[in-house]
Amino acid sequence: MTAPVRLLQCTVNGRATAVAVAPHRTLLEVLRYQLDLIGSKQGCDKGDCGACTVQVDGVPKLACLTLAVAVEGREVTTVEGLGERAGGCHPLQDAFDRHDAAQCGFCTPGILMAADALLRRVQRPVTPDEVRAALAGNLCRCTGYTKIIDAVVDASRRLSQP
Amino acid sequence: MLRLPGFEVATPRTIDEAATLLARPGARVVAGGTDLLPNLKHRLEQPSLLVSLAAVRELGEVVVDARAGVLRIGAGVTLTAVSEHPLVREHLPSLADAAGRVASPLIRNMGTLGGNVNLDTRCRYVNQTAFWRSAIGGCLKSEGNVCHVVPGGRNCVAAMSSDCVPVLISLEAAAVLRSTAGGRELPLAEYFQADGREHTVRRPDEIMAEIRVPLPTGPRRCAYSKWSVRKSIDFPLVSIALRFDLAADAVDAAITAVRVVVGVLGSRPREVTQLDAVIGQPLSDPKVAEAIAARVHAQCKPLENVPYEAPYRREMLAVHTRRAIARLVAEG
Ligand SMILES: Cc1cc2nc3c(=O)[nH]c(=O)nc-3n(C[C@H](O)[C@H](O)[C@H](O)COP(=O)(O)OP(=O)(O)OC[C@H]3O[C@@H](n4cnc5c(N)ncnc54)[C@H](O)[C@@H]3O)c2cc1C
Ligand code: SF4
Repeated sequence: MTAPVRLLQCTVNGRATAVAVAPHRTLLEVLRYQLDLIGSKQGCDKGDCGACTVQVDGVPKLACLTLAVAVEGREVTTVEGLGERAGGCHPLQDAFDRHDAAQCGFCTPGILMAADALLRRVQRPVTPDEVRAALAGNLCRCTGYTKIIDAVVDASRRLSQP
Repeated sequence: MLRLPGFEVATPRTIDEAATLLARPGARVVAGGTDLLPNLKHRLEQPSLLVSLAAVRELGEVVVDARAGVLRIGAGVTLTAVSEHPLVREHLPSLADAAGRVASPLIRNMGTLGGNVNLDTRCRYVNQTAFWRSAIGGCLKSEGNVCHVVPGGRNCVAAMSSDCVPVLISLEAAAVLRSTAGGRELPLAEYFQADGREHTVRRPDEIMAEIRVPLPTGPRRCAYSKWSVRKSIDFPLVSIALRFDLAADAVDAAITAVRVVVGVLGSRPREVTQLDAVIGQPLSDPKVAEAIAARVHAQCKPLENVPYEAPYRREMLAVHTRRAIARLVAEG
């Protein structure tokens, strides 16, 4: 059974967005295949890997398990919006670059969105354990995590400098 | 890529509206969707209408009901909120702990307490893609007519895998269910049944509105012990909730009551019995931990329904019971 499409209205990366969606489409499918925002990755597609992590009203969530119609009226931020918010390159992205925290890069967008949510929530330098806890839903199969944790800690310090 | 099957979605604003929608044939509740959507992507069911609870504000409250002596937690409260809520942490620390150990932080931001209590049973032969299952011809819980866990079995024994359920039962929590026919309250100890295909007594037209957990009336120590392969993301493979009521607020005080509830066995959690020998003994007496671990080991028989060999998990049930009690004693 295919139900009729409906108009979804929400904010995506700061822009008012209206898009026709079928009720069984996930937020990830709409972002990637209807809005061409391919930064959020389709990994396991069932909640294990975290590659699809986006922020909904600032809270990091899995776009692969979110129905698109459920973000009606809400604010969605993807990795594309993270860079835009910082006018090009976000301090987290810069730190990932300097620490070689990305290898294949597939998990990076999801990790950036989970890390950004942590830094925005606490608004101070974070400890490696806090980063580990906040990124406990994001798998990386290349780096071994150490460089990712270093990068997030470093970015949190730089962001906290006056 | 795992596609969802087609369905309609309704977003009611009140429990009454939701109940009216849920009375339609083929309708199904979706809360956080972190259990239901993977199951739909795996084609384990095909509802025609999802009734989303996301906009039902009444389901999002945590309040102390001093007159009834209970903490009322709305079914729509997220697991992140349950694990961080000051009232839950103060009065029901083992519940805050269990909620905070479900899946991953991202899933806890989405998943709700009601969804966790109503989490579908799990099995290594069923939580797979339809393509994977087609290689073994499905099973009683999917498109087949045999059980791969209990060969020759006519009953599905898929595992009740919720982290919060054993804790809630150990705390004598009750669930409030609502439908167009009215409401009812029943203890969670009576909510589950030994059928992996229909493992709760909730009727399809009923919404779980809230969980009522009695507030402690005297000194006690509670713990939740979970073992999984990774410390995050994974479902529990060993899951034990413990509660000791004590004669005084110290771990060398005598035990006045004890409840031990074990999950991830079959389709219903098991309350461990015959624990009377430890009543009157100090919790800190090492013989108490030994006696309880022995009863857990004797009464709980894990099945080959989830990863890791059943005999190993059975041994680990005793180990984790002992460790959990040792931790409580060490914390004082
Ligand atoms: C990768 C991964 C790891 C996981 N790990 C764990 C884990 O370690 N421990 C664990 O316990 N769970 C785990 N889960 C399962 C799930 O995330 C949680 O159990 C979560 O609490 C489910 O809540 P939800 O709101 O998302 O439920 P939904 O998916 O929305 O619903 C689950 C079921 O409950 C029903 N339901 C939901 N709310 C109500 C209500 N108010 N009234 C009546 N019926 C209702 C739905 O119809 C559905 O059948 C995991 C899931 C994933 C994808
Ligand atoms: S316990 Fe048996 S019937 Fe139930 S899901 Fe597993 S294999 Fe299928």
